[in-house]
Amino acid sequence: MKRGAFAGLGMVVIAAAGAVAHAEVVAIEGATVWTEPGKKLDGATVVIDGKLIAAVGVGVKVPAGARKVDGRGLVVTAGFIEAASSLGLTEIDLEDSANDGSFGGGAGDEGIHAAFRVTDGYNTSSVAIPIARTGGLTSAIAAPMGGLVSGSSAWVTLADAPGVGDVVVRAPLAMHVTLGDAALDSAKGSRGKAIERLRELFDDAAAFMARKGDYERNQTRRFAASRLDLLALGEVTARRIPLAVRAHRASDIQAALALGRELGVRVVIIGGSEAWRVAADLARAKAGVILDPVENMPWTFDRLYVRDDGAALLAAAGVAVAISTIGDAPGARSLRQHAGVAVAGGMPWDAALAAVTTTPATIYGPVAKAPVRGKLVARAAADVVVWSGDPFELSTRVVHTFIGGVEQSLENRQSALLRKYRKLPAAP
Amino acid sequence: MVVAPPAPDKAPEIDLESTWSDPEALVPQPRKVTQGARLPARAVLIRHATILTAAGKRLDDGAILLEDGRITALGADGTLAPPEGALVVDATGKFVTPGIIDAHSHIGVYPAPATAATSDGNEATDPNTAGVAAEYAYTAQDPAIARALAGGVTAALILPGSANLIGGRGVTVEMRQARRIDDVRFPGAPSVLKMACGENPKRVYGRKAGPQTRMGEYAAFRAAFQAAADYAVKWKQYRARRAEWERRRARAAMLDAEVDKKAKASGKRLPHVKPEPAPDAPGRDARLEAIAGVLSGEVLAEVHCYTVRDMAQLLAISDQFGFDIRAFHHALEAYKIRDLLAARGVAIATWSDWWGFKLEAFDGIMENAALVSEAGGRVAIHSDSSIGIQRLNQEAAKAMWAGRNAGIDISDDTALRWVTANPAWILGIDKDTGTLEPGKRADVVVWSANPLSVYARAEVVLIAGRVAYERGKGNQPSDFELGNSALGAGSAGGVK
Repeated sequence: MKRGAFAGLGMVVIAAAGAVAHAEVVAIEGATVWTEPGKKLDGATVVIDGKLIAAVGVGVKVPAGARKVDGRGLVVTAGFIEAASSLGLTEIDLEDSANDGSFGGGAGDEGIHAAFRVTDGYNTSSVAIPIARTGGLTSAIAAPMGGLVSGSSAWVTLADAPGVGDVVVRAPLAMHVTLGDAALDSAKGSRGKAIERLRELFDDAAAFMARKGDYERNQTRRFAASRLDLLALGEVTARRIPLAVRAHRASDIQAALALGRELGVRVVIIGGSEAWRVAADLARAKAGVILDPVENMPWTFDRLYVRDDGAALLAAAGVAVAISTIGDAPGARSLRQHAGVAVAGGMPWDAALAAVTTTPATIYGPVAKAPVRGKLVARAAADVVVWSGDPFELSTRVVHTFIGGVEQSLENRQSALLRKYRKLPAAP
Repeated sequence: MVVAPPAPDKAPEIDLESTWSDPEALVPQPRKVTQGARLPARAVLIRHATILTAAGKRLDDGAILLEDGRITALGADGTLAPPEGALVVDATGKFVTPGIIDAHSHIGVYPAPATAATSDGNEATDPNTAGVAAEYAYTAQDPAIARALAGGVTAALILPGSANLIGGRGVTVEMRQARRIDDVRFPGAPSVLKMACGENPKRVYGRKAGPQTRMGEYAAFRAAFQAAADYAVKWKQYRARRAEWERRRARAAMLDAEVDKKAKASGKRLPHVKPEPAPDAPGRDARLEAIAGVLSGEVLAEVHCYTVRDMAQLLAISDQFGFDIRAFHHALEAYKIRDLLAARGVAIATWSDWWGFKLEAFDGIMENAALVSEAGGRVAIHSDSSIGIQRLNQEAAKAMWAGRNAGIDISDDTALRWVTANPAWILGIDKDTGTLEPGKRADVVVWSANPLSVYARAEVVLIAGRVAYERGKGNQPSDFELGNSALGAGSAGGVK
């Protein structure tokens, strides 16, 4: 990889590593396999060879020497993808020393953190990661939050690995900004000011990208952000990464779409309580929405028009919808329950499966050079989960999980606590 | 204390103007509070349902009869005849359970929208605000109420927050929209006092006057309980003095009556017994009174604690001052001392799977509820959340399956009790609700499927026999949501 003065901020594509030592050939046989939403095979076999899926189908040939996993009575899907997560960033929300993904916006903080890259502080050893795996998650978009511009996210696998370099699927994945209530501190109390500030920043970033030499020679006007922030924002103006906007109110979502049009970049909405109201605009702009279907309370004046069936309405309108536990690292394992809640709220089951697999894999845009994720097809990344039943049902548990072809342990700090206290110590 | 015995041998002192003035007669007496009048509940017969009683029984193709707001009969379908005019519900393929009860909610005291103007759950001005009460802040128009009701919730304990060591009294409510707290206060529910230990009070007061440490917290708890114990003694002494004074007043009245008779007969003016001043009452203090209520057992102690070390301190304090803790709320480490909790009869109200949001929640495990149940402890799954309260049935199912997957045998009935009968006990209303048994209130939910499934939804919810919710009719918008939401069909935002 080229490491010029600015190359570190450019797009980096790394196939999930760490798998090499354990790469094996595995055949999951006789299972009900959802190769992708809407495509179910009964009594099918999934062959994993190294990091990739080698074959999926009924009666596919199992290579000699393959480790066989009896899938009879079990259900196999692509690993679930958490589309807006703080896994690896927030270890303990209320402990500042264990929180590396958000900006509180203290005194003097202008809320511009574009140069912040979650990969710089990402902790693959977070105890929340193996716990998330017990919910069938195999990868996540680790997204920063807070301020007006929060920084860039990364798509990471949730494999057991020593360092972030071993798990990055793509980074930077998107530039994250916030509109609405949550941005008011950084925007001097006005929604309009937040949009104005973003326009100014992107305008300056484009000028900066075109005139880096002049900037170094002090021959440009004053820009609204620091050099590194402009450089990071320049990834958006250069249309290399999309703009992820945390917004709930319909008017803020429309403002985000307008900004996306001006910049000519893809927009992803995170939150989207009122997105259903502008579903047609979203569909036209091909902008996806990442939302949490259990969040149905009008907590803020941004979310008064929130609906129980917002996800279902968006999906029906042809908008790409990803279901997420949005920023809840300890609660990420409940993603499947949230999908089930969306189904109970009227979303078709297949659409809900898409909302945790294929859609989060594509909602931020295509990933060049990396294997497909989110579906079980030949040459796709072998992120595979074997379930005891319907993945969304509460009685179901994860039986096996593979990330990049490597079977992952389902042990974690909580199972260790259970083991320790399964029998209580004798009274002293 | 020693009360001087009356001295009958001594001649009464004489006073010609005998009046025994009673200061208590001057104290304004509270007016009797009446609940809003209710229409009589129409009889309801639910037929062909799978009935889960949360009292150890499952009836397939069962029927349940509700009359005058109470459950009057359960049985196999066909064995119960509907009274005239009864609403008959065909629940073929559906499940019937007791109403869900949440042992820990802040609905109405932290209503939506969440603004400074509506934030009324923590009187974070003093670590001990035992004199405040959640019902002073409760709005019966929180948008969360209709949502919780749609999740099958029929009652909840509304608590002050956990900023303070002693945060104030909670109030048990029926989960339905109304105009005032008086319309929804759960009849007969005992008073409860919310306490909190561990990180929260430290975080709130650490940079103020304290407590800054757990040492400070438990010293402050002890000081508060000591003051309440002293207060209780003062009142006990006063009551004894007062009783003695009343006895002497009665005796004087008797003697005076005889004197009056003699005077009338003789035509002479004769002296009355000299009146004695009534003993002074100690000042009333709402803070001390609430804590003293815990000491006397009239007020239930509901204590927010996560860790073993915090629960152990509270148990030690309860031993020192001789009161019972009704339940530890949150109690994520209860599984580590489940033997102690079961032996002492202290319940827990916990989540199925919340953990890790703060350090004292770091050791939470999904098997907590199952382990405590297995050890004979009383478990409730609570929400502490206007979102979580909407699917407590699912949370119970998650905790049940976590237990089963760990080899702990938890029945469907036990899991259901975690969100019905057991929270009813924690609230002190278990004689009246929490199971489907004849004589109990008709707090009943009809579910579209087994409520332990993620796909089940409450279809009909009855509170005291009255239909409070029907899925087909949708949620009732709160006042705030009218013209201002999808639910309330606001401008250009109506339901499509």
